[in-house]
Amino acid sequence: MKADKSLIDRWRRSEVLLFGGSAGAFKILFKAVSILPPGLNKAVVIVMHRKKNHQSEIEKMFSLNSRLPLKEISDKDKITPNAIYIAPANYHTLIEKNGLFGLDVSEAMWYSKPSIDVTFESAADVYEGKATAILLSGANPDGARGMLRLKQAGALTIAQNPEEAELPEMPLAAINAGAVDYILNTDEIFELLQS
Amino acid sequence: MDEASKTITNEQLSEIIDLVKQIHGFDFSDYSKASFKRRVNRVLMVKKLDFHDLKHLLVNDQGFFQDFLEEVTVNVTEMFRDPAFFKALCHDVVPYLSTWQHIKIWSAGCSSGEEAYSLAILMNQSGLKNKSFIYGTDINTIVLKEAKKGIYSLRNVKSYAENYLLTGLKGSLTDNFTTLYDAATVHNELKTNTLFSVHNLISDTAFNEFQLICCRNVFIYFETALQERVLDLFYKSLSPHGFLCLGSKETIRSDKFKKKFKPVNVKENIYQKIES
Repeated sequence: MKADKSLIDRWRRSEVLLFGGSAGAFKILFKAVSILPPGLNKAVVIVMHRKKNHQSEIEKMFSLNSRLPLKEISDKDKITPNAIYIAPANYHTLIEKNGLFGLDVSEAMWYSKPSIDVTFESAADVYEGKATAILLSGANPDGARGMLRLKQAGALTIAQNPEEAELPEMPLAAINAGAVDYILNTDEIFELLQS
Repeated sequence: MDEASKTITNEQLSEIIDLVKQIHGFDFSDYSKASFKRRVNRVLMVKKLDFHDLKHLLVNDQGFFQDFLEEVTVNVTEMFRDPAFFKALCHDVVPYLSTWQHIKIWSAGCSSGEEAYSLAILMNQSGLKNKSFIYGTDINTIVLKEAKKGIYSLRNVKSYAENYLLTGLKGSLTDNFTTLYDAATVHNELKTNTLFSVHNLISDTAFNEFQLICCRNVFIYFETALQERVLDLFYKSLSPHGFLCLGSKETIRSDKFKKKFKPVNVKENIYQKIES
């Protein structure tokens, strides 16, 4: 990955960093959140499959570890750079053209609410080429469609290397859909986040 | 993916919104765009239409519009969705409600009635059944028919029962249903305390005075300016010191109405009307 100037350039141009992940993604996200620099100049949106009615400690754990302010998304929250936003359970999270988040309680996709596809597809409409999306470990193909839409819109799309992912189905589905610009190992992902 | 070719542009979305407003009198222009666009794209996918087919049907086929309306509005709902909210309602609101002679409750945007019946069950459990009455309204006549029937699939009721267990209410949710094969029907004694009818939050006015309005996960589909207009309707529809419950991720954004509603439970977005 070193010396790939195009990758670095597209990353630096991005106004938003989108993370999608499911089973096996937690540890990677935990570390990613801790190394993101305060002067990132991007908004970070994390869509992780999670159970409803499960008082999860994710926000608390992540924010203890983060150098950027972090919050669970509420409807019509304004998206600002240098902040981390986490998609809440039992809602889909969409990004609106007016720079606000919108929530939606419609049908689960791939048995998941939040769905990674829903957020990524709406982000493609808003950010076009000024987005970086990273799809991590997971046990279903959610995210592949969204990654494809992002790639078609000119965004930078990255999948965790399925060979080192705890559960390879999710990144693999995106790769097979032709939706992925770069396949990276986690240490390469971490390196990119700091560059 | 050929699905992507069937998705509409923002300009086409505006065209559809204008057309529906002119021909059918429903105004979606202040709906949250990303979500509404996704719903319209879903109609195209489910019905296997392209943009021009959709326009044609909306203009020429009156029956199609009810279908369209049902598909574009989100009707996914649960009984006792967000158990923590119902806990808060019991703890922070019911004791206050019990001091009123009559308790009129409005479940606004009630869809197929799950929330209205959840409230009926809660009032029953709180010993307030005999002085409470629940009005459920929606813009969609098809889902209102479902609400009136109060029949839900056993599979859904089982998942609602899991929510119920977390509310701390007594007994089990299924105590309130009669089960036949794979369907569960809400007990008649709960149905007699409910009334379902058509009401459009965007174009209709206040129709009664309520002690409690529950409008949860409806504001998420509205842009903030429209939210403010609906807040005005709710303010006018509440009795002095009446309560307004929004969804767990919905807050009052309008400065004007922040002054007119006092938060009772910040986490669950329960508010009380301040008399001015």
